Parts: sequence; structure tokens; C-alpha cells
Amino acid sequence: MAVIRDVIPAFELFQPASIEDAQSLLARYGPEGWVLAGGLDTFDWLADRIKRPTAVVDLGQIKGLSGVRVVDGGLEIGAMTTLTEVVQHPVVREKYRLLAEAAEAAASPQIRNQGTIGGNVSQDARCWYYRAGWPCYRAGGNICYADTPKGLNREHAILDADRCVAVNPSDTAPALIALDAKMVIRTPKEERVVDAEDYFIGPATDITRMTVLQPGDLLTAIRIPSTWAGAQFYFEKVRDRNVWDFALVNVASATKVSGSAIGDVRLVVNGVAAHPVRLKAVEAAVTGKPRNEATAELAGQLAVQGAQPLQHNGYKVPLMTNLVKRAIRGVAGEAA
Amino acid sequence: MADHELEDPGTSTPVKLSRRDVIKGVIAAGAASSASYLFRGSTASAQASAPGAVERLITLDVNGQQRRVDVMKQETLAMTLRYKLGLTGTKLGCDRAECGACTVLIDDVPRYSCSIFTHTVRDKKIVTIEGLAGANGKLHPVQQGVLDEQGFQCGFCTSGFLMAAVGFLKTNPNPTRAELAHGVSGNLCRCMDYDKILTALMRGAEYMRKA
Repeated sequence: MAVIRDVIPAFELFQPASIEDAQSLLARYGPEGWVLAGGLDTFDWLADRIKRPTAVVDLGQIKGLSGVRVVDGGLEIGAMTTLTEVVQHPVVREKYRLLAEAAEAAASPQIRNQGTIGGNVSQDARCWYYRAGWPCYRAGGNICYADTPKGLNREHAILDADRCVAVNPSDTAPALIALDAKMVIRTPKEERVVDAEDYFIGPATDITRMTVLQPGDLLTAIRIPSTWAGAQFYFEKVRDRNVWDFALVNVASATKVSGSAIGDVRLVVNGVAAHPVRLKAVEAAVTGKPRNEATAELAGQLAVQGAQPLQHNGYKVPLMTNLVKRAIRGVAGEAA
Repeated sequence: MADHELEDPGTSTPVKLSRRDVIKGVIAAGAASSASYLFRGSTASAQASAPGAVERLITLDVNGQQRRVDVMKQETLAMTLRYKLGLTGTKLGCDRAECGACTVLIDDVPRYSCSIFTHTVRDKKIVTIEGLAGANGKLHPVQQGVLDEQGFQCGFCTSGFLMAAVGFLKTNPNPTRAELAHGVSGNLCRCMDYDKILTALMRGAEYMRKA
């Protein structure tokens, strides 16, 4: 895949100054149009010539899509804000450190300097069969190449697979769900706000998309309510190498402690399904329980119930178990 | 676009040229006509009336100079720098945002020039390895540090490492070795010379603080 070719095939480039202009361009070109944010997802598709859009609509010139604003005690992060800007923002660091840690764990410094938070949550699946242009379910075909007797599926799903076994690659997504963030979506007709938890969809809902965004929709901002500001956070990402790699499994949790017990908790794992998985059953089971080893053990076992590993990703089950245990224990960096 | 001698890709006559001829021609003349072969079979056509349509002839701020250059819509900054502006100090390793050899500064921030469409940075300040040294030829402190410590082996990744380090040091002038390693963690060295590279870049950081 990583073959250097001379140039990306020609397309028409537009740099509209407003969301309305961007959407009218996307409406004009329909399936031949392509939305460009930071470009780190886009470039692979175009350079490998798997996607050949006629028109690329760059969102980079639209004012107001970038930057972090304090709103109603919470934050509103423009979709075009770079991951580095998110990581460095003082309020994010002070009150929503979970998000700073997740964003800092993504990719490499240069990519964080260019990649946007909107792109990070909206990026496409990284299954190499799909990215290499194989006509799989997700690409509109009728087979999953990863879920075959000889398929290479070490990085694939253990939960909620439905024909496609690709996983969601985002690091910020589980953190945003744990923080109960809201996604602000501009459709061609209206603005609507959906919970981060509902922003991501699995193959059972639509096998060709990772999010609720319909063609022509744009994610414009992410709002983080003050609900979980200053809570106890835990983020950990396990990957093969410490830079560039997507998560094999990552975990994000926000916990409020009352006395010695867990008062309220949100717990999300990614890299295990086509969407980030919020572990509501675990949250319910540990609420009110003391934050100790027994509770962590219970959470870890409960988290992986129903997991169906493929030939080469069985390790993800104990990995997810241990990451959930650590998140419940809440001590960063300690061995399981 | 009519003011410039650009051929309509839809009507231009295909010309048989070798790749080398084309690259030389483009560097020498900066002219679009030499690159018209790249548009064969293109379905794209100019949409000058549409909102946000872009002109191919643009001005880039590179190393403090205003450079007029003809840029294809799908052209990456690494291509523009190397093949249009002759700034070959910026290297292309993977062309996939996975090695760091092409790192340049965009408004003082290190980014991979292989993964930037040139049009998206036309209003920004671009600095390449050629722009680090002073006008009198005096090396940038980080360059001097690398020279003094002989930080690199084959040297292909050097310019990328230097640009990443210079960008990182602008916001973190006094890093620990571990912090600097994290700062340049988006760059690969196939010689596995990281220890010496870090020593050299730490020396450069020290020179930068004294300068």
C-alpha cells in the first residue's frame, strides 16, 4: 500500500469560506465530492487511488470552525481544532485532562499538529483489506476478507461485529464519550446535536459508515458539558509501537468518588468494535462499590462478556479485561 | 486563469516526455504546460465561478521570500518545494506521514509536507531546512549542535529531524532529553542513530538558549 507514486490523480479543489458554501459544493458533487479537514485520513485514500473524488472541499478556510471556547461552564471545541491545540488548551488540561491525554496519545507530533479533533472522531476504519480497496462489505461488496480462515485479523473486533470486523481507530472518541460530550452536526437543513455515544455507529446500523454523518453533513463542533469537570480520569492506550500506531485497545473513564465508593462512573473502550463501546453494564455494577481490587476484578470480567475473538485477536480479551480493571482501580501506569 | 499561459487539461495535446524531462522543465520554467501530462483522463475541470474555487498560480511565503508558483490542485507541499522551487533539502521518505523526513515548519509548527496540499498553506509562513541558516550563512544553533556532535550517520532524515526539533524548541526551549525525544518522536532514522541524534539536538537546544 505504501507505494510512492508520482502524484495524486487530479481533482478540483475548493476552499469555501462558509459552511453554507461547503455544503452547496458537496450537494453539487454528491458522491463525487470529498470533505478535507486535517487530511491525514484523506491522503492515504487519495494517494493509494482507492478513492477518486472529482472535487475536494477543504474546510480549512471556514472561520469559526477552529478553536476552543468556554461556553456555559463547559467547552465548545471547533471541529477543525488540531489535536495539539486541544492538548495544550489550559482548561482542557485543568478540567478535562482525560481528553488531553487521549489526544496526546494519537499518532505523532506532526500529525497532531495537523490532524483535527473532528477528523479524529470521524475517520474511517483502518482495516487494511478495506483501505487497500478490496471489495468488502464496508466497501459495498459481499465478503469480509479479514474474517476468513486465512484472514489477518489481529487488530480487528471482538465485540458487536456484523459481517464487517473492522474497529473504530479513534483515541479521542472514548474520552469524549466518557465526558458525555455532544456533537454539533450541521445538516443541509438544520443544526442538530447528538450525544457522542450516539455519534458512532456499527455495521448493523450502516456498514459503510462509522458515524451518523450522512453525505453532506458536517461535524462543526464538540461540546463538553461541565458535568465531569475535574472528575478522576483514567486513559490508557495499548499499541504495538509508541508513535503513529492506532490503539489495539484503549480505555477512558471518568469517575466521581463518594466516600470510599464509586459514586458515578462512565467507562468506554475503543479498538474492540466498529464503534467505541460504552460499558454500561460495568458502570451499573461498580457504582456504589468500593474502589478496590474485587470491584476491579468484577468490572474486568463483566466487560468482556459476549466477546467473540477471531483467529488472531484473542489477546484482546484479556487486554480489555486488564485495561478495564486498571481504569476502575484508577491508578495510571501500574501493572495489572 | 486566462491571464496565465495555462493549458486547459481537457484540450491539451498529450506530449511524450520522460519523467526527468518533465521535472526539469517544471523546475526551470515553473510552467504548467510541462505538467499537462498529469491531467490525462482527468474528469476535473475548472470551476472558476464556484465559491472557494482556487487559482493555480499562487504566491507562497517560503523562507521569508514570496515565491510565485504554479501549483496543481492535488499537489503536495513536498512536491512543490522539491520540484517547483528547487528546495531539495526537504526529503521524501515514505510520502505517507509515517517517517518525518519531509517535516517543515508551517507558521512555526512542524508538519509533514508530504501530507499537505500546497493550496492549503498559501497564506502561511513556510520554513524549510534551507531557511534555517542566517542570511550571512551562519548556521542555526540546532544545525551547529548537530555539526559539533556529528549527530547523524547517512543523513537522509537530518533535515526532517532538524525542522521537528526547531519547531519543538520554539515552544519548549528547555526540554529534558525525554521531552525532546517525545518532541521528535514523529521522525524515523533507519540508521537507528537516535542516541546520537538526541545528544546533538540537546546540544543544539543548549546553543539556542545561549543565542
